Amino acid sequence: MSPLARRRLGRAALNAAGVVVFLFAVFPVYWMVTTAFKPNDQIFTTSFIPFPSPPSMDHISRVFTKGVAGHSIWQYLFNSTLVALSAVVLGAVFALLAATAVARFRFRFRTSFLILLLIVQMVPAEALLIPLFTMVKRLGLYDQLLGLIIINVGLTLPFSVWMLRTFVAAVPKELEEASWIDGAGRFTTFWRVLFPLVAPGLVATSIFAFITTWNEFVYALTLIGDQGKYTMPVALQFFVGQRSTDWGGIMAASTLMTIPVLIFFLLVQRRMVSGLVAGAVKG
Amino acid sequence: MTDTSTLARGGADASAPSRRSRKRERGPGLSPKAVPYVLLLPGLLVIAVLLLYPLYQMVEMSFHKVGLRQIKAVNPAPADFVGWDNYTQILGSDLFWSSLRNTVLFAVVTVALTLILGTLVGLLLNKLGPKMSTFVVVGIMAAWATPPTAQAIVWKWLFDSDSGIVNWALNLLPDWLSNLLFGHADWSGYPWFNDTLTLYFVLIVAVVWASFPFIAVSVLAGLKSIPSELYEAAKMDGSSAVHTFRRITFPLLRPVFSVLVVLSIIWDFKVFTQLYLLAGGTVNRDAFNLSLWSYAEAFSSPPKMGLGAAIAVVLTVILLLITFVYVRQIVKTEDDIR
Repeated sequence: MSPLARRRLGRAALNAAGVVVFLFAVFPVYWMVTTAFKPNDQIFTTSFIPFPSPPSMDHISRVFTKGVAGHSIWQYLFNSTLVALSAVVLGAVFALLAATAVARFRFRFRTSFLILLLIVQMVPAEALLIPLFTMVKRLGLYDQLLGLIIINVGLTLPFSVWMLRTFVAAVPKELEEASWIDGAGRFTTFWRVLFPLVAPGLVATSIFAFITTWNEFVYALTLIGDQGKYTMPVALQFFVGQRSTDWGGIMAASTLMTIPVLIFFLLVQRRMVSGLVAGAVKG
Repeated sequence: MTDTSTLARGGADASAPSRRSRKRERGPGLSPKAVPYVLLLPGLLVIAVLLLYPLYQMVEMSFHKVGLRQIKAVNPAPADFVGWDNYTQILGSDLFWSSLRNTVLFAVVTVALTLILGTLVGLLLNKLGPKMSTFVVVGIMAAWATPPTAQAIVWKWLFDSDSGIVNWALNLLPDWLSNLLFGHADWSGYPWFNDTLTLYFVLIVAVVWASFPFIAVSVLAGLKSIPSELYEAAKMDGSSAVHTFRRITFPLLRPVFSVLVVLSIIWDFKVFTQLYLLAGGTVNRDAFNLSLWSYAEAFSSPPKMGLGAAIAVVLTVILLLITFVYVRQIVKTEDDIR
């Protein structure tokens, strides 16, 4: 075989491997979406139906009108959005302040704080469930979305600070010094100089926190008992019945829940990787 | 924050007393020494109240008997101190060994498979042309972005006994081959979720599917940071592909790998959402891992919060030991932290 032919063959093999990886990754998602559009007789079958023919909107419209567990899916989407957005906005304020402190100042407990951040990130959220449940119960926040919002701020904050501090550190300090020399106060400097430059990083961090909160399952499951206050991940379970599962409905709801996350993911993918393995990848 | 800055701007006013304008030279507003602490305070409070205090409470609860009467919102009864009772009860339980086994075996298998698959895909992405590489990255992003609840539900559907596509595909195998490999040929109605072993098999597939993209993209980012001169030099010296990987790629990516290994271990050790959904809640005690067992004890009726907390302590201690390695690695590689 000539070297050229061999190289072509090698390239073809690599591309084929790429296609296999693509199919393995995408197929379950494809199957979720297509099942959502299949009429029931094409779902409950023992044969392989690769594409809904004809596509049916039955399940999609049913989850909106009839819904599950007594409420339309709108209610759960609304609850999830409310919890995630509130937690993100609150968390972003705390994270930005703390990130500015560790990225801009050298002070006595700086290293200890950073190590504390790393360690608390590693404490499994599932382990803190029991004490946080009793705390929420004592404060009268059981069955309230506010309780869930507060918990999610706590769960996402350490990582947000960790990720955001690299963005703050990337803004040249000279800009702020110039602003001080021009007579601007600390707050003006922060708001007019640092904030606009950190904004893209803040957006990336916030999106990450949004996804985490949007997906959060175990706290939403235990801290909320009232069905009208369920978030999407918890509501999904109720399509699973004692004897049979409403696969069309659950796939429609899962698809609706996945779409926002997928869009966000494609937006911040690059930044997220650099945030997660911060420090390990050296340029 | 707003208040101090108005004060500072007031200080810049021409009519301000001279003492104030002298202060401005050091930096406006608060004394510079106090600023970082003020900025840190809100975040630190959140972490203290929502993470550190519960951590302490978890340990304390594990030495007490905490039931329904102790967690009432109004007039909770004081919890009885029981010493190490909860721990001896855990260690004496059959569930301890089965859930510890499930936790550890699942983590070991899943971490290994995720890292191998992720690294291979990362290496592949690095070799592919730009268009093909983007195509594959977008594809694996779909798997990564799927929320854990949706992941579990989709895989449960794929492995459904009656209408699942996996059983359909396995029925396509020639009977002799299926008999040879699995001992039976008819897959129609095969129940994957009744038996702990097959349940965990599906769980492993689902979790590997969802977590290899992160490893692949991280490895790709690491590979991109290795100067191409090194590879050219290796090629000139006639180094084989395997040799180049062992002598150049792997050593340079070692810090990335150690972080990825620890992160994966931590994520897979405490897997809850997917297991809870695939196992159908807490019915199947044989399928418990440590976090599901802890949940089951604490939120059963009647709740045994103290016992649940003790299991959570065991899980946390194991994880913190692993984390210790991670933190050391980060502190070593990140100069900025010191």
